[in-house]
Amino acid sequence: MIALRGLTKEFPGGVRALDGLDLEIADGEFFALLGPSGCGKTTLLRTIAGLETPTSGNIWIGGTEVTSVPPGKRDVAMVFQDYALFPHMDVTANIAYPLRIRKVPRSRREARAAETASRLSLSELLSRRPGQLSGGQQQRVALARAVACHPRAFLFDEPLSNLDARLRLEARTFLKRLQRELAVTTVFVTHDQGEALALADRIAVMSAGRFTQVGTPTEVFQRPANTFTAAFIGSTPMNLLPGTAGDGALRVAGAVLPLPGGVPDGPIVYGVRPEYMDLSPTPRADAFAGKVAVVENLGTAHLVTLESREHLIQAVVPEGAEPSAGTAAWAVPRPGRGLVYRDDRLVSPSPANGENR
Amino acid sequence: MSRLKGAPSPPSAARPVGTAGFVLPALVLIGVFLVFPALWTIYLGLTDYRLTGLEAADPRVVGLDNYTAALGDERFRGSLWLTVQFVLGSAVIGQAVLGFAIAWVLRDRRGPVKRVTEGLVLLAWILPSSVVAFLWIALLDRDEGTLNALLHTPGAAWLLDHPMPSIIVFNVWRGTAFSMMLYGAALSNVPPSLLETARLAGASTLQQLRDVVLPHIKGHVLTNLLLISLWTFNDFSTFQITAGGPDGRSEILPVYIYNVALSGGRLGFGAAISFLVLLVNLVFAVAYLRLLRSRRTDATPKAAP
Amino acid sequence: MSEHSKPERSQANRHREGRGGEVTDERAESEGRATPSEEGTSRLKGRPEPAERSEAIRHAVAVIGRATFLAAVLGFFALPLLWLATAPFDARPGITVSVPEFTLRNFQALLDNPYALTSLRNSLIQAGGSAVLVVTLAALAAYALSRARVPGRDALLYVLLLLSSVVTGTAAMVPLFELATRLGLIDTHLGVVLTLSGGLLPAAIFIMKDFMDGTPTSYEESARVFGASSGQILRHVVIPLVRPGLATIAVWAVANVWGSFLQPFILLRDPDKAPGAVILYTLYTEGGAPRLDLISTFSLLYSLPVVVMYVFVSRRYGFRFHGGIKS
Repeated sequence: MIALRGLTKEFPGGVRALDGLDLEIADGEFFALLGPSGCGKTTLLRTIAGLETPTSGNIWIGGTEVTSVPPGKRDVAMVFQDYALFPHMDVTANIAYPLRIRKVPRSRREARAAETASRLSLSELLSRRPGQLSGGQQQRVALARAVACHPRAFLFDEPLSNLDARLRLEARTFLKRLQRELAVTTVFVTHDQGEALALADRIAVMSAGRFTQVGTPTEVFQRPANTFTAAFIGSTPMNLLPGTAGDGALRVAGAVLPLPGGVPDGPIVYGVRPEYMDLSPTPRADAFAGKVAVVENLGTAHLVTLESREHLIQAVVPEGAEPSAGTAAWAVPRPGRGLVYRDDRLVSPSPANGENR
Repeated sequence: MSRLKGAPSPPSAARPVGTAGFVLPALVLIGVFLVFPALWTIYLGLTDYRLTGLEAADPRVVGLDNYTAALGDERFRGSLWLTVQFVLGSAVIGQAVLGFAIAWVLRDRRGPVKRVTEGLVLLAWILPSSVVAFLWIALLDRDEGTLNALLHTPGAAWLLDHPMPSIIVFNVWRGTAFSMMLYGAALSNVPPSLLETARLAGASTLQQLRDVVLPHIKGHVLTNLLLISLWTFNDFSTFQITAGGPDGRSEILPVYIYNVALSGGRLGFGAAISFLVLLVNLVFAVAYLRLLRSRRTDATPKAAP
Repeated sequence: MSEHSKPERSQANRHREGRGGEVTDERAESEGRATPSEEGTSRLKGRPEPAERSEAIRHAVAVIGRATFLAAVLGFFALPLLWLATAPFDARPGITVSVPEFTLRNFQALLDNPYALTSLRNSLIQAGGSAVLVVTLAALAAYALSRARVPGRDALLYVLLLLSSVVTGTAAMVPLFELATRLGLIDTHLGVVLTLSGGLLPAAIFIMKDFMDGTPTSYEESARVFGASSGQILRHVVIPLVRPGLATIAVWAVANVWGSFLQPFILLRDPDKAPGAVILYTLYTEGGAPRLDLISTFSLLYSLPVVVMYVFVSRRYGFRFHGGIKS
C-alpha cells in the first residue's frame, strides 16, 4: 500500500508542483496519474520514488513511513520515460544491475536475469547492448530490470510514450497482463487519457498540483467530477454549454431539456459527450439546433460539428448516417447521459441511484 | 512544469558540501598555479627584483619605474614592433588567409588529395615544437639546408639575413591547421542552396565569397582571428629557432621576456612586461568569450598553456 | 613527392598563371596567400569570348588554378617534414633531404644514448602525471558542476577559461619560476606536472562538462532508485558513460605536455629530469657539431606518440573542435 498525507512540493522560485495531496493506493492496484503536461504528475511519481524531497507532508510505502528514506532503500523500482538502460552494459547486465547492487552473487543474479528475460520473451537478446534493440525491446528490458528485483511497488514514468502508435497498443496489453500476473502495486504516469482508462484500476486526474478526481476509469469517464476532468477525459472532448435550471427544466443553447432531480435553480453548465448525442433531421424541442459545419471521418463513425448560435456542438454519428456539410440538423442528448455542473461541481445524481426516468 | 521536468533536482543538489568537495581540488590547483601567478606578476612588476645580487635578497618596490623604463627602452619598443609584425604577418594574414583558401578549395572534395593535404597541414600543427624547430633549422640551414639546395642559392643565410620573414613563414606553416579546420567546419555549414542561387544569378567566385560566404561565416572569422592572434602573440617556439637573434632582430615579446628576466636576471622588469602581455591577452580573451557566449559556436576554445 | 628535388624552379613563378599545372614550387609559402583571387582575375580574361567558350575556358582555368594551388600547399607543408621521414633511416644523414641509404642503425645508436632514453622516460612521467591529475580533477569538478544547481556556475567557468587563456606560460614565466623556487619545485617532475596541469584544467573542465551535460540524469537516478551509492553510481554508470570524454581529455593533456617546451625549460636545470622536448633542443644547440643521426631519430621517435594518439582519437571519436589537440 502507498499512502500520501498532505504532500506538498515547492520548487525554488515558488512554483507549487504538488499542493497538499492525500491518497491511498491499495496493494496490487494498478494506479494511473493522469494530467496535462505541467500538472505535477511526474513530480509526484519522483517524490514517491524519493528522487524529490517533499516540502511538507508524508509518504508511506507498505505501512512504513519513507518520507526521508533515500530512494534506494524504499524497495521500489522505477522505469524512466527514456528507459535509462545503461548503454555500456548488455541486456543481462542491465537486468541484473539491481541485484548487483544488493550483492547477489554473479551466477545467481545472472540466472535470475535469464529467468526474468524469458518471462518477458527477451531470451534471444541477452547478450545485446541497448543500442542494438528496437524501442519495444528496450521497453521490455527496462520492465524486466524492474521486475527482476521483486520490489514492493513499480513506478512507471510514461512507459509507453516512446513507442510508435501501433506498438503502443501491443505494449499496453502486455503491460496490463504482466501487472495482473505479478500483482505488484504499480503507479504510472501518463498524459494519455486513453492509456489511463485502458490500463488502470483507478485514476487520479491532476491539474496544477492537485487531484481533480480520483476514481475508477468508469467513474472518471461517465461522471467526471468537474468540468476540467470532463474536458480532459474522452477521445473527443465533451460538449460543455452554459444554461439555466428553473421551472422544472434546463434551458441550454436553445434546447429545453428535462431537469434531473436534485439540481437547484440557477445558472449551470450542461455537459454531454458527443458519443451520447443523436442527430435528428427534423426540429425537436429537446435538441440543439444548428447547421452542419464540419464532418470528420473517424473510421467507424463520423464526428459532426454543428454551429448553433454562439456555440459549437459535436456529435458522433454511426457510419452511413452522416449529414452533409451546410444542412440543418438537430442534436439530441440521450436520456440520462447529460451532466449538470454548478460552480464547477457535478450536481446531477448518477442515473443508477437517482430519479432516472 | 515541463520546465522543471527538464531540470530535475540532481543528486548532489541536496548536498552542496559534496559539490564543493568535488570542485575544490581543481580550484585549488588553478588558484595556486594560474590565478596566484597572475596576481604576483602585478606585484613583481612593481619591484626591482633580480635573480642574483643585492636585489635578489631584498627587493624594493619601485612603483612604475619598470614601466617607464620599458617605454624608454629601444629594445622593448623594437620587440613590440616585431611582435605586431609577427602577429599580423603570420596569424592574421598568413594562417587565416591560407587556412581559408585551403578549406575553400577542399570544401567539396573527397578522397586522397583532401586527406593527404589535411593530414600534412595537421601534422605541422601537432608535432612537438622542439621537433618542428629543428626541422626548420635544417630546412633553412646556410650550408646544407634543403631550401638552398632546391633554390640553387648556396650560402643564403635565411635565419641570419631574414630572421623575421623566416619565423613568420615558419609560424604560418606551423599554425595554419587550426584556421583550415575552423573554416572547413564553417564552410560546411553554408547552405549549398545559397551558393547555387548566387551562381544561377551569375555571381563570380569572388562575388560568391563576398556576398554569400563571408556574411555567413562572419562569426567564425572573428573567432578564428582572435584565437590565432592570442596564441601567436604568446608563442615561444620561435625561441628554439632564432632565440631572438641575430642582434634581437627576431626578438618578439615572449622571447624578450625570457631573455631579459630569466636569462638576464631582471625578474621585476620582466614581470612588468609580462603584465603588459597579460593585459593584451585579456583584451583578446574577453572579446573572444563575449563572442562565444553570444553564439556558443561549434568551436569551443582550447587552452593555450 | 620526388618532384620537389628536381632542380627546375627558376621559372616556377611564371607557370603559375595557369598553364603548367604540375609545378610544385618551394616558394609556395609566398603564393598561398595570393591564390584565392586568382580564379577571379583569370576569369575576367574570358569575358569577350562567346559565352560557351568563355565558360569552358573559365572552367579549365579554375581547375588548373585549383590544382596548382593544392600542389603548392602540399609542397609547402611537406617540404620541412621530408627530412624527418628520410634522415632517421639514412646511414649518413646530412641536413639536406636526400634519398636515404636505408638503415636502422640510427635507432640502435639512440638506444645506446643515455640522455635520450632518460628524457623519454621523463616525458612519460610528466605527461602521464599531468594527464592523470587533469582527468581526475576535471572529471570530478565537471560532474559536480554539471549536476548541481550552483548559482554563478557558468560565470565561474567563463572566468576560469578566461584566465587560462590570459595567464599563458609566456605571461607568467617569472612568477611561475619564482613560485616553483619557493615551493622547492625546481628540478622536480611534480613542479612541471602541477604548473602545466593548472593551465590545462579550466579548458579540461569546460570540455568535460560538455560531455557530462550530454548524458541524461535518468541513468544516475535509475541506479539510485535501485539503491546504488554515490561511489557506485560514479563507477558503474557515470565513468563508463563519459569514457570518450575522459579519453579525449587524457590524450589532449598528454599531447600538450609532451610538446610543451617553455615550462620544463625554465623549471628544470638538471638534464636528468628534462623531457624530450628540452633534451632535443639542447642536442642541436649545445652539441657543437650536432649528431644528426641522433637528432633525426630522436625527433621521429618523439613525434610518433603524438601522431598516433591524434589518429586514434580522431578515428575513434571524430574530431571535435574543442579537441584541438595541441596549442
